[in-house]
Amino acid sequence: MTEMKGWKEIPIGGMILDAGNSEAYNTGDWRAFRPVPGEAECTNCMLCWLNCPDSSILVDAENEEMTGFDLKHCKGCGICAAVCPVNAGVIRRAEGEVEKDDPRLCIRMVEEGKFQEVGNE
Amino acid sequence: MSKFEALTGNAAVSNAMRQINPDVVAAYPITPQTDTVQTFSEFVADGLVDTEFVTVESEHSAMSACVGASAAGARVMTATSANGLALMWEIIYIAASNRCPIVMSLVNRALSAPINIHCDHSDVMGMRDSGWIILMSENGQEAYDNIIQAIRIGEHPDVLLPVAVCQDGFITSHSLERVELFEDGEVQDFVGTHEPQWPLLDVEDPKTYGPLDFYDYYYEHKRQQVEAMEKAHGVIREVTQEFNDRFGREYGLFEAYRMDDAEVAVIAANSTAGTAKTAVDNLRDQGLKAGLLKLRVFRPFPGQELAEALRGVSAVAVMDRAISFGSMDNAGPLFSEVVSALTLNDVHVPIADYVYGLGGRDIRPGEIENVYQEAFQMAENGKVERRVRYLGVRE
Ligand code: SF4
Ligand code: SF4
Repeated sequence: MTEMKGWKEIPIGGMILDAGNSEAYNTGDWRAFRPVPGEAECTNCMLCWLNCPDSSILVDAENEEMTGFDLKHCKGCGICAAVCPVNAGVIRRAEGEVEKDDPRLCIRMVEEGKFQEVGNE
Repeated sequence: MSKFEALTGNAAVSNAMRQINPDVVAAYPITPQTDTVQTFSEFVADGLVDTEFVTVESEHSAMSACVGASAAGARVMTATSANGLALMWEIIYIAASNRCPIVMSLVNRALSAPINIHCDHSDVMGMRDSGWIILMSENGQEAYDNIIQAIRIGEHPDVLLPVAVCQDGFITSHSLERVELFEDGEVQDFVGTHEPQWPLLDVEDPKTYGPLDFYDYYYEHKRQQVEAMEKAHGVIREVTQEFNDRFGREYGLFEAYRMDDAEVAVIAANSTAGTAKTAVDNLRDQGLKAGLLKLRVFRPFPGQELAEALRGVSAVAVMDRAISFGSMDNAGPLFSEVVSALTLNDVHVPIADYVYGLGGRDIRPGEIENVYQEAFQMAENGKVERRVRYLGVRE
């Protein structure tokens, strides 16, 4: 929780004087699901990076690798998992239902409450 | 050397705008303000000012452009009336909340419906809680003087609030009067250059105006606006004093006309105060001790000072050129303010409200003399016969 400031300590009129400070603002704290890497191997196609509405896919630009999720800002919308072609392959090959937190997926969407049980990251 | 010219109230304001030479003016024509910005647009076309004149498709856009330009760092002015002001509504609050020191000439006119283009104060009274500083002017000269001071008041670092300068539609906006215009250089020297603290155009130091502000900080920003209004009290005094010293005027938060030994007082604003002075003079000639308080600063409301000025009189009559429908006794907005001010400052005196002049209906000295006569009666009986009267309405 960020420290709450009094009216004398903040810029007037709601102005934001430090450019780019939204990065420091934790907007991911009301997420209901979180994306978690699964067993299927990522191909670094970057479709998730392209589609994430919150710029929350972390990449290693030099090595052109998708490296994880920025959980301070990720809202758990699941768009990354929905567009991931590797996920699509897993679902197509699977016999029967694939839950969205199925460990066989490349990006799993795990309920925040159950996250500890999954024991990832 | 200043010079005297025969000017309408609107033209007096246009000339003040020319001398101030604001960076941006955004406006949309509406009667009776129209020729303020029309005359000013001629100054722009003639190259007499450096102003970027933004013609827009509505008053909502006009005030939006003003907010944007002010945030960018410009000195910004505009003008409007009645329904034009009403169409600006959403952005009126945003201008004050974003702390944009825009200066507006507000030529008072009745709000529709029925549609009416003549004077009353229903337009400005609607913006009384919006966070704008509001100055009232008896005539074109005062509108000119107030506009010049408004720039300094609004832009003061302790204030940073928009300022509306009112005068009465048609009654003074379209009447020719003798107006003293100061030298251009003197006005420019008085207003100085605008030095915005947080201009958006400073790309080296980017910043954000108007972001989302929830239950976590919105309330703190409103508290800051209260502080700015509190500070405005002192700043208005300072700027007024400096203006008086430089230009030989005697402005205050209000004008006390023949109040020294007055037994009864009338409170009025804008042009009616001029008419009331004639009434006071007539009554004084008959040996009656009548006095007048002419309101100049309506926001922030100088309640304590007003109460002190009225301490000692035996009756008070408030003249309201608007109705606050559904308020106690369906009185005018000024009445409620004055009653609160007197009560909270322990000035207990019979007081009545006189709503008058709606939709531009004339108010004559004789009618105001009658108001005084009733006030003398209240003083004598020590009680109020009828709390609110609608002066001049046909039964
Ligand atoms: S769940 Fe939504 S917000 Fe989070 S990383 Fe995936 S696409 Fe981005
Ligand atoms: S997680 Fe899926 S969508 Fe994202 S880069 Fe890897 S394969 Fe592509």
